[in-house]
Amino acid sequence: MDLIKVKNVSFSYPTKKDTLKNVTFSVKPKSFTCIVGENGSGKSTLLKCILGLNKGYTGEIIKEKRIGYLPQKSEIQSHFPASIEEVVMSGTIGNNIRSIFYKKEDKEKAKEIMETLGIYDIRKKCFADLSGGQQQRVLIARSLCATDKIIVLDEPTNGLDPSIAKQIYELLDSLKKTKGITILMVSHDIERALKYADTVIELTDGKVIFNGKPQDFHIGGESND
Amino acid sequence: MINTISVMLSALFIRKALLVGTLISLCAALLGVSLVLKRYSMIGDGLSHVGFGVLTIATSLGMTTPLYVAIPVVTIAAILLLKIGDRGKIKSDSAIALISSSALAIGVAVTSVTTGMNTDVCNFMFGSILSMSKADVIISVSVSIIVAILFVIYYRKLFAVTFDEDFAKASGLKASRYSNLIAILTALVIVIGMRMMGVMLISSIIIFPALTSMIMFKSFKKVVISSAVISIVSFWIGIYLAYVYNISTGAMIVIVNLVLFILFTIIDKILHD
Repeated sequence: MDLIKVKNVSFSYPTKKDTLKNVTFSVKPKSFTCIVGENGSGKSTLLKCILGLNKGYTGEIIKEKRIGYLPQKSEIQSHFPASIEEVVMSGTIGNNIRSIFYKKEDKEKAKEIMETLGIYDIRKKCFADLSGGQQQRVLIARSLCATDKIIVLDEPTNGLDPSIAKQIYELLDSLKKTKGITILMVSHDIERALKYADTVIELTDGKVIFNGKPQDFHIGGESND
Repeated sequence: MINTISVMLSALFIRKALLVGTLISLCAALLGVSLVLKRYSMIGDGLSHVGFGVLTIATSLGMTTPLYVAIPVVTIAAILLLKIGDRGKIKSDSAIALISSSALAIGVAVTSVTTGMNTDVCNFMFGSILSMSKADVIISVSVSIIVAILFVIYYRKLFAVTFDEDFAKASGLKASRYSNLIAILTALVIVIGMRMMGVMLISSIIIFPALTSMIMFKSFKKVVISSAVISIVSFWIGIYLAYVYNISTGAMIVIVNLVLFILFTIIDKILHD
């Protein structure tokens, strides 16, 4: 069973027509899928449609209910007083939406994930004071709190040093291999995407122009679907 | 000092003021943290001007408890302001300036035609916590308690929505519902807080405690708790000084808040240099 199925999806913003044109693809369990493409090719828009943040698309999207999400950096967070623990815990919010307080199982899950990602010992530190790479690690931990199946990441290595970006890719790769987490990410770092992903999708002007294995990928290449 | 305090406490109007003021300070501080973080600081200011407009009109129509009209109207204004900010053609800061100055102008115009600048109007401008009617006290206390309870119930969700609205939405939270909740609670606090602080000064008790706490504390929970404490303590010190030196209560509370803000800034500089 595919975790995400996107069928003939088109989407227009009020100010920008045809941001997505007839996009079709699916995400298999335990895969590492990278969506690549130039800025403005519709990558982030596509993620937002999948996550239900963009309404009013045409076509069909079938998806796993519990998806962990790592959005692009927001300005608010750079001054936000929040501890690592608070940020990671907030990932469990969708698990028990009705309850007033965090449940014990949520706390245990958050603790386990923080330990796995090596941030449990610094959990009282302020999120805003962390380095860019550490912040992404915390946000990945938060997204894992929301799901044990699939996480969706929007340019998680944007603005990071190449060596730190490599660590993030390696972390995602190991989450896939050891925990069976499916990864769907958007990136314009094609070189790394090709190295770590097992499926690459290229978008240009809102259209899928390639969907296949990284070894078959040529920049600007034809779809072999 | 203890003598003065016991004389103060022997007066019923002061006891009423202390009860209402403490609760309002608490609520203003709780909401303040989210408002400051969401860059909505000026909404308090805008809403208080709307409140002023409504209160003057209600008073000139001869209503004895103008709060009954002010609460619903200001609540609607709050939701509108947030909506405009979210997706309007007018930027939210300009929208606030537009609405607040218009409301103030209408209020002033109505006043000139009807009663003139009398004590009632002056009280709306600068606060009059020491002259509250029984109905005012009952409304203020119940509204404050409701606001505080809602804040606790939705604390976890308010944090998630404030920190990262997109993530909260992707997790299945109806984020706009919580933005509306913040807007409604803010409107309530502004309207009942105007009695105490006045139109001109109300936004300060929303913003100051949060800003002061954010200098010192780096977790959301600590900032919220510290804001509540700072806000209540500033109110107590403010009302005491206002009583002793016969100064306007609202103004004194703002000055105490300002002093604490400067003090915390200096302490932080010393500790981190």
